Amino acid sequence: MPFDLISMLPEGMIRHLPVLIPVVPMLLSPIAAAMPNWRAAWAVVLAGIVFSGICAFGLIDLVFGGHAAAGLPLQEFAKITDADGTLIGVRYALGGWAPPLGIEFVVDKMNAPVLLLVTLIGTLATIFAMPTMVREIPVAKRSLFLSAYVLCVAGLLGVAVTGDAFNLFVFLEISSISTYVLVALGGNQDRRAFTAAFNYLIMGSIGATFYVIGIGFLYAATGTLNMADISARIPELADSRTIHAGFAFIVVGLALKAAVFPLHQWLPNAYAYSPNFVTVFLSATATKVAFYALVRLLFSVFTPELDFAQVMFTWVLAPLAAIAAITCSFQAVFQTDIKRMLAYSSVAQVGYMLLGLSLASELGLSAGLFHMFNHAMMKAALFMAVGGVALSLGSSQLRDFAGVARKAPWTLTALAIAALSLVGVPLTAGFLSKVALFKAALVEGWWWAVVVLAMSSVLAVLYVGRILEASFFRTPGPAQMNVKEAPIMLLVPLWILALANIYFGLDASFITTLTDGAASVAFPGVQP
Amino acid sequence: MAEFIFERYNYWAIILLMMLGLYVTFQAGNMIKRMVGLSVFQTSVFLFYITLGKITGGSAPILYGHDYPKAHGDGHGDDHGGDHGASAGHAADAGHGGAASVNETDDLGRPYIDGVLDPDHIGGEPLHELYSNPLPHVLILTAIVVGVATLAVGLAIIVRIRESYGTIEMDEVREADIKHAETEASVEAV
Repeated sequence: MPFDLISMLPEGMIRHLPVLIPVVPMLLSPIAAAMPNWRAAWAVVLAGIVFSGICAFGLIDLVFGGHAAAGLPLQEFAKITDADGTLIGVRYALGGWAPPLGIEFVVDKMNAPVLLLVTLIGTLATIFAMPTMVREIPVAKRSLFLSAYVLCVAGLLGVAVTGDAFNLFVFLEISSISTYVLVALGGNQDRRAFTAAFNYLIMGSIGATFYVIGIGFLYAATGTLNMADISARIPELADSRTIHAGFAFIVVGLALKAAVFPLHQWLPNAYAYSPNFVTVFLSATATKVAFYALVRLLFSVFTPELDFAQVMFTWVLAPLAAIAAITCSFQAVFQTDIKRMLAYSSVAQVGYMLLGLSLASELGLSAGLFHMFNHAMMKAALFMAVGGVALSLGSSQLRDFAGVARKAPWTLTALAIAALSLVGVPLTAGFLSKVALFKAALVEGWWWAVVVLAMSSVLAVLYVGRILEASFFRTPGPAQMNVKEAPIMLLVPLWILALANIYFGLDASFITTLTDGAASVAFPGVQP
Repeated sequence: MAEFIFERYNYWAIILLMMLGLYVTFQAGNMIKRMVGLSVFQTSVFLFYITLGKITGGSAPILYGHDYPKAHGDGHGDDHGGDHGASAGHAADAGHGGAASVNETDDLGRPYIDGVLDPDHIGGEPLHELYSNPLPHVLILTAIVVGVATLAVGLAIIVRIRESYGTIEMDEVREADIKHAETEASVEAV
């Protein structure tokens, strides 16, 4: 890694880095709720997420920096080192209660990049929140809205950082329950947000409860909740029916949270009717973190070498991924609402990531995670641009977007860049991750997967083409006359993401370093 | 066969409740009933965990009798009422300082192996009394809190649905949405 941030942080902070990341946003949540001035609450929330971001950079540096394990003030961590004594991960016992009885936080190469993703997108989304909140959220609710938002961030970071299977459920529910609230707040604009939030709540709770049932089975069979501990005991119990049942429940529960086809029914409405800012944040982080949790459980707790996991990968996850990539892209083409269209596209893209994962190879997992990062960047940029236009247009309907590019060229240019990245045009980030997926699939001989991805990309050209055609080539009607360029507070995060799409399309070495590292954690035996 | 079935009677209750809850959650048209179904479903999982923690003949997992922790040096009696709180606090401290401590055993007589408290070794000697497993109880305490929060948020959303639609039936809400979309489309056409 090019930066040496970890040595710049104060020693007391380094000693508690893993726990500071989720705890600081969590503590800020009640503070933000109590603030009468919502601008002050916004500043506090932004400061908290930026702080978490600094911690995340520090941890990235720690686990990817190649530090010698002895060199840093890390007495309180149990260190994970590779053969050369280089530090590749840390385990932090919460409150000094030793694992496996106590809860522990684990930061290794697999979850440090996820922490970075959530905090970076969170920072940009918070900046984006300022102008959109003024329009979409009533003044009296803005502080509470920000409070629920920062709680959601804390929950997602907690899911990423925890090394305890039950603790993961608690954090997952912290983030989910605050997400239901955030989605329901769209009801001030469109009352359908309430039903969307309600359905999301029912589906999400069922998913979380399935996960708990699965953990219960694992606990019954292994007698422990610590992920590393469970993982150590599973191989000798591989024939146990209890483990199989637990595995199935866990996969279904987390797949529901990650919007894996056909468990994605909650997603299109939730994305379409929630406030624009919430859509940006959720599309780029919530399903990604749930996907990470799935990867963590499938690869770090269970291993792909197990027979039943192998069956799951080849006969369940891979076909579902392929169906998602095709059908949901197809559904996206026929949507009349742009947010809904992009939501269906998100489900299709989850299919791409899942396809990478279901290859059950280091290359495939790395490609899937690579696409996950790129997808977070492009979808956040797309939803930001749509939100920026909706700010003055008051609608995200496709027909209302006629000719808006003439009125708001900067916003729509950024949208076009992100849209091209979504299709996978060369020189954009989306191209590189699709190529990586193709390569990984061909190495395994899954030529049909390549065909599926190519077909899905063609469909992506169609739906993205509909947006671009409407906004760039149609003549604006009277309704579009008062469309204005988005405010600068919105353009800055939008263009950061759009330029990131181009930058990582030219040189993705930063992201591939992270995702290769993550995949190496999942396949510890194989050294590249 | 009958033995197999009746031995596991609480698991049958759990399965029954789980299926009932899940069925109501999907089938009910009334949103409150859906929340009720969801709560029943979640409660069945709580029962599942509690069943896992139960050991036949085991009492509540609070040390008592000969197992009551004795502090080092002063061998006080089995159950001094006054000492109870202080000693319990002491026991908690012992675990707290655990990871950093260099002692070979903590105050409960649990040995350290490589500086980590050995989880399999409870007490310096075998326990005299039989206890249920406390961990599932603690987990379920957390899960109950999560369930209550979900229920509260769900009911709050239902209140808002009732305010804006005037109904809490899924079908009627869906019809209202379709009607709304149709009128919107016809206004556009004019």
